[in-house]
Amino acid sequence: MKKLTVTSSPHVKSGATVTGIMLDVLIALLPALIAAVHIFGPRTLLVCAVCIGACLLSEYIAEKIMRKPTTLGDLSAVVTGLLLAFNLPVGIPLWMAAVGSAAAIIVVKQMFGGLGQNFVNPAITGRIILLVSFSQAMTTFAAPRAWVENVNAADVVTTATPLAALSQIDRGGNIAAQLTAGEIPPLSDMFFGYIGGSLGEVCALALLIGGVFLIARRVISPIIPCAFVGTVAVIMLIAGKGDWTFMLYELLSGGLLLGAIFMATDYVTSPVNRLGKLIFGIGCGVITAVIRLFSNLPEGVSYSIMIMNILTPLIEKTTLAKPFGFVKEKKEAA
Amino acid sequence: MKVKLPENVLKPVAALRGGIKVSHNKFTSESETRRIEPPPQVVIPMVQHIGAPCTPLVKAGERVLAGQKIGDTDAYISAPIHASVSGKVKAVAPAVTVGGRHILSVTIENDGLMEYDPSIAPPKVESQKDFIKAVRASGLVGLGGAGFPAHAKLNFPKDVKIDTLIVNAAECEPYITTDYRECIENSWDIVSGIHALIEFFDFKRVVIAVEDNKPEAIKILSSIADTDNERGDRIHLMALKSKYPQGAEKAMIRTVTGRKVPPGKLPADVGCAVMNVGSVAFIARYLKSGRPLISRTITCSGSAIAQPSNIRVPIGTSAKEIVAACGGYAAEPYKIIVGGPMMGFALYDDEVPLTKQNNALLAFASKEKEIKKERACIRCGRCVAACPMSLAPVFIADKLKKDPDPAELNELGAMVCMECGSCAYVCPAGKPLVQSMRRAKDIVREGMKK
Repeated sequence: MKKLTVTSSPHVKSGATVTGIMLDVLIALLPALIAAVHIFGPRTLLVCAVCIGACLLSEYIAEKIMRKPTTLGDLSAVVTGLLLAFNLPVGIPLWMAAVGSAAAIIVVKQMFGGLGQNFVNPAITGRIILLVSFSQAMTTFAAPRAWVENVNAADVVTTATPLAALSQIDRGGNIAAQLTAGEIPPLSDMFFGYIGGSLGEVCALALLIGGVFLIARRVISPIIPCAFVGTVAVIMLIAGKGDWTFMLYELLSGGLLLGAIFMATDYVTSPVNRLGKLIFGIGCGVITAVIRLFSNLPEGVSYSIMIMNILTPLIEKTTLAKPFGFVKEKKEAA
Repeated sequence: MKVKLPENVLKPVAALRGGIKVSHNKFTSESETRRIEPPPQVVIPMVQHIGAPCTPLVKAGERVLAGQKIGDTDAYISAPIHASVSGKVKAVAPAVTVGGRHILSVTIENDGLMEYDPSIAPPKVESQKDFIKAVRASGLVGLGGAGFPAHAKLNFPKDVKIDTLIVNAAECEPYITTDYRECIENSWDIVSGIHALIEFFDFKRVVIAVEDNKPEAIKILSSIADTDNERGDRIHLMALKSKYPQGAEKAMIRTVTGRKVPPGKLPADVGCAVMNVGSVAFIARYLKSGRPLISRTITCSGSAIAQPSNIRVPIGTSAKEIVAACGGYAAEPYKIIVGGPMMGFALYDDEVPLTKQNNALLAFASKEKEIKKERACIRCGRCVAACPMSLAPVFIADKLKKDPDPAELNELGAMVCMECGSCAYVCPAGKPLVQSMRRAKDIVREGMKK
């Protein structure tokens, strides 16, 4: 008999792998990518390619310098790259996209120990770094489908995001008036993505398809997206004095769905337990709504997720279930 | 598979926390238990239970009879050991056993006569004390896998009242079908075992717990549950959801009664006793015949076994003989496991003898989704969701790596872990979480000594 393999139990394992999970996330992002190409033109692919390439290269170089094994195969850098690209406008100068990617991977991820060790989401932080460094380029949005007339999308007509217009509403504006004045697009355009904005955030339909796919594949739990979006919905309904249209505009605009489905659910930077996830999601929703309603910034999704990322260890510490039978013993002791 | 359950089948009081859905692979469900030709030689280790080792009572060269006691001790947590065949003692020397340890063992050369010890007679049982004594004399240990001496389990502290006896027929480990066959083939032994236990211990409620993927067993057992009308309807059948590790003692007490056994406490502390269905049936047979535990049913299965089947083997038969009795190897085995694939022990070679508590022998031809490239933990939380004991293996493993402090590991619940392997099963990063938990437990134990 040949030599037998001797290992510890368990002797069977599930088929789940890190690479498989990342691949599922990439597949879930595909509808939004297709929508982005349709809405913003072929330059979308260029921006995505630059971000992914820069993320992979930064990861490779950082790991080589730190003499750590190369982990490009886990596809996590690809996910970070694509998510970051989804948070950029189509006309972003490519070198800025590359700088954001490098910052996300090297500063946020590798300097803290690589995959699983970062305490904030790399893509979100990459976006925030770019936003504060190059706010002009980061907030110049091409009009939807403008590329059809002029392929060089960087030069095409730019447009305000519906969110910018909306932030006027909750300071006393009126949706119906703005709609007739053409200041905000109709709700159907909001849902299908014919609006100005970052690459991956505009098409709500595509994002929802991706979210359903991830939940069905059990890659993510629905708790965070539902709590996040639900909280924003409730607060906006109250802020809009019961105006459902206003609430729907808020839900469909900005990076809310992209953030709630793909960024807030990042395993590494969100709580591992269910109660923790619920609190995390509600926290994201509250902060997003507060920023949108009361601050000078039109958008608060990135900041809310980053703040809740930082609070994650604390949430886990306070909400983690007691081990089996522990509660009883404590009572006896008391 | 959705089956309509008979009306008298109870539903669980609480759902199993966590757990995993693992392929059942119960290929031997329909394989009727057959006895194998006793092997030319048996090796009987002096430790086949949790507790103190037995001292051999025989010397090399002596002739022993089947059922003759060949090992015993004065220690309380222990069970006597009997010869499983008649023949000459070839050696009393350490031998390699399941798990790789060298343990003092009695090797008996089978003379093929299977001559039973003439002193074997049904035990005289008139009181609870007699009953416990008889159970000890039978050499019975928990047949479900852990091997805790049955008499010690039944000797409840005087100040606790045990109101519920749970007869564990869950058999949640993949592949294994011995308990299932016991339910089908020896259902009347189970009934009379339960009645004997009720008679001497006055259990107010007996719950036979079985997973709902065994409709045939449920059908038979539900008819058993109806046989005790004169005793006031004490015996019940409960169908549990098929989920691993449904059959783990603490998890089972919670699903059946809703009670939680605190860390370091016994089922008796929450008024429960849990016995494996095979153990209960054995007690009935022992009370009738007085024949001690010298053989047991095991499931021999896996992709490298030519004819997967359930067989009854003398204690001390080597893995090799068992495989030979099941048509030999169908393919070069890559791994041989004693026990189930979730908690069993991998063997170094197949010359190792099987003992009382071993319920399965599995041989696999290929790596069957087992080896995963180890990657960084991505904190996906799957281990937290899967743990039936509400632990967070991710944090225990992390603590172990960064700052293995015994008090803090204990606070995280390391000692509650029963090593069911659910966390390691689901881990996408291929982390050796069970090993981490074992190490954490060692550190807590060492820390407690100081």
